[in-house]
Amino acid sequence: MSQTGAPAVFSPWTDPEAKPLIRFRGVTKRFGDFTAIDNLTLDIYEREFYALLGPSGCGKTTMMRMLAGFESPTEGVIELSGQDIAPVPPNKRAVNMMFQSYALFPHLSVYDNIAFGLRREGRGKDQVHGRVQEMLRLTRLERFAARKPHQISGGQRQRVALARSLAKAPKLLLLDEPLGALDRKLREETQFELMDIQEKTGTTFVIVTHDQEEAMTVASRIAVMDEGRVIQVATPAEIYEAPNSVYVADFIGDVNIIEGRVTPGEGAVSIDWAEGEPPIRAVTDAQLAPGQSCHFAIRPEKVTIDRERPDRPNAFQGKVIDIAYLGNISTYHVRLSGGQMVKAQMVNARRLANRPITWEDEVWVGFSETAGVVLER
Amino acid sequence: MRRFLLIFIPYAWLLALFLIPFAIVLKISLSDVALARPPYAPQLDLSQGWEGLRAFFAGLDFDNFTFLTTDDLYWKAYLSSVKIAVISTVLTLLVGYPIAYGMVQAPDRWRPTLMMLVILPFWTSFLIRVYAWKGILANEGLLNQALMWLGIISEPLTILNTNTAVYIGIVYTYLPFMILPIYAALEKLDGSLLEAAEDLGCSRLSAFWLVTIPLSRQGIVAGSFLVFIPALGEFVIPELLGGSRTLMIGKVLYEEFFSNRDWPVASAVAIILLAILVIPIILFQRNEQKQREAEG
Ligand SMILES: Nc1ncnc2c1ncn2[C@@H]1O[C@H](COP(=O)(O)OP(=O)(O)O)[C@@H](O)[C@H]1O
Ligand SMILES: [Mg+2]
Repeated sequence: MSQTGAPAVFSPWTDPEAKPLIRFRGVTKRFGDFTAIDNLTLDIYEREFYALLGPSGCGKTTMMRMLAGFESPTEGVIELSGQDIAPVPPNKRAVNMMFQSYALFPHLSVYDNIAFGLRREGRGKDQVHGRVQEMLRLTRLERFAARKPHQISGGQRQRVALARSLAKAPKLLLLDEPLGALDRKLREETQFELMDIQEKTGTTFVIVTHDQEEAMTVASRIAVMDEGRVIQVATPAEIYEAPNSVYVADFIGDVNIIEGRVTPGEGAVSIDWAEGEPPIRAVTDAQLAPGQSCHFAIRPEKVTIDRERPDRPNAFQGKVIDIAYLGNISTYHVRLSGGQMVKAQMVNARRLANRPITWEDEVWVGFSETAGVVLER
Repeated sequence: MRRFLLIFIPYAWLLALFLIPFAIVLKISLSDVALARPPYAPQLDLSQGWEGLRAFFAGLDFDNFTFLTTDDLYWKAYLSSVKIAVISTVLTLLVGYPIAYGMVQAPDRWRPTLMMLVILPFWTSFLIRVYAWKGILANEGLLNQALMWLGIISEPLTILNTNTAVYIGIVYTYLPFMILPIYAALEKLDGSLLEAAEDLGCSRLSAFWLVTIPLSRQGIVAGSFLVFIPALGEFVIPELLGGSRTLMIGKVLYEEFFSNRDWPVASAVAIILLAILVIPIILFQRNEQKQREAEG
């Protein structure tokens, strides 16, 4: 990632001088004897769009609630701009949260919901009005200002919740599955809207989601979590291209995982993975001992499928079992001679009728030495 | 057919237990006292046919209502009843709200027990419980003994046979009617709303004023009417705990009916009491309906 001279890429986490806005240091949270967050250490920088990604129940909401001040860590320290926030009550933190349930006040109009936080600051009437109008415009809710929350749609409610949490211009905005209730199209629109708002306001966002596509779209960095621990923190591209574990590779996107044993070699390692099949050749930085067991992970779109043996470092013969047609692409499920299933993806550049490969065809799958990653765990 | 039955039954109920008795009371209030049995005239005599009916209606008049305006006892009694009912409703609210709030805050496993404790007094007769208060509030009663023993007072307080005793009695008796609707409203309150309020800069106290109170308003209104309406016509509590100077329309009604045996005037008193109650009852219904709409 050495892009010297290029227009500054936003990556404060690579800059050892940069001070993180939020710092979790050895934070553990227990409910009774259940550990919801397990010794968490991470940094979030100003203006980041930081996504927490993980299965339901892995502690994402708990982490947010600790930032907002509704839970306090059992162990460890959370710092905001270098200050331990433990003694600061929620109403004194420069942090606002958009709740998973939106938590709009049902007895107040859209306008009054948005104005709620501003009025608590004791600002003048005109100032409050101006800011609310601005927020209504930003979230395109001007026409609904006088409505009560139960008189607007789910998508509009979600925008009210967003406007309300943005109104006070917090240093840090926490979004807990903000788009969960929206249908796909509206969700995609809103994702771009969020990024736009973040760019305009310069607020630091932490977003919780269990939708990996959403995380990939909006985030500057993604933290993949599992059972209260962070497994990997990296940019979306790194998470996708260079996952550090089978868990991350499997969690993000579609992947073929092949188990085998390593034979180190110069340049590339060989992985013995099935009787009677040639070893997989792969380039890796990992230091692996001879005979060590490992996993080879490769994305389906990096696997080609041909009728003839391709001229590639890795080529295996098999038979097409299933084809999933997705319009723009098709996924071929190929059974190799050893019995393993491998998915290969092809862009449907030609019309359906002109494509040569179909069910039960004998085919070759192939990939380069750098297409996949070798994972130790 | 089934739908007809479903609609018919409540209406038949209303007709038999409210409208017909009401018509009878209204009729008596328009009659005159008579030394007869029953003690009023005219009586409807259908054996006289059409003529009888004419004579019957000719005998009805509004004299009793006019009479109520000539003696200031009556309007003073109404006014005093309204005052006592309003004050005791406010007191019941002040006592009941914190109890309901505490019940909602209590751990889940405690709630059925607490609910039980609120309803428990209904298991014994209302009359016995009010009588028991006589023993507690009397000059040599439990309360005075306890206060004197603790050294808080040196002379016994005169509570029994004053308005204070009536307030205590009403608050005690109707407290569950206040607690239950408020509890129901508070239990529905989504806890994340209070967190949202705090997140937006409210202290705990201002979150309570700005979120909890407005969102339990329906329960407060319902509870207040459930206390105010019966308290207005209350007879037993002022009779047993109140003094000779405690003026309530329920007592006046009782005296007209049983001591004076003036059924027509007693009926007129009752009709006006009902007229006074119609306003809060309609307001109460509107509140209930609004609540249903807000939830629907
Ligand atoms: N107040 C609580 N008491 C007990 N357990 C809790 C509490 N809050 C969360 N948990 C548990 O902690 C785990 C993580 O929860 P949460 O942070 O809500 O997960 P998610 O990643 O789905 O948002 C879950 O197993 C949940 O049951
Ligand atoms: Mg959650």
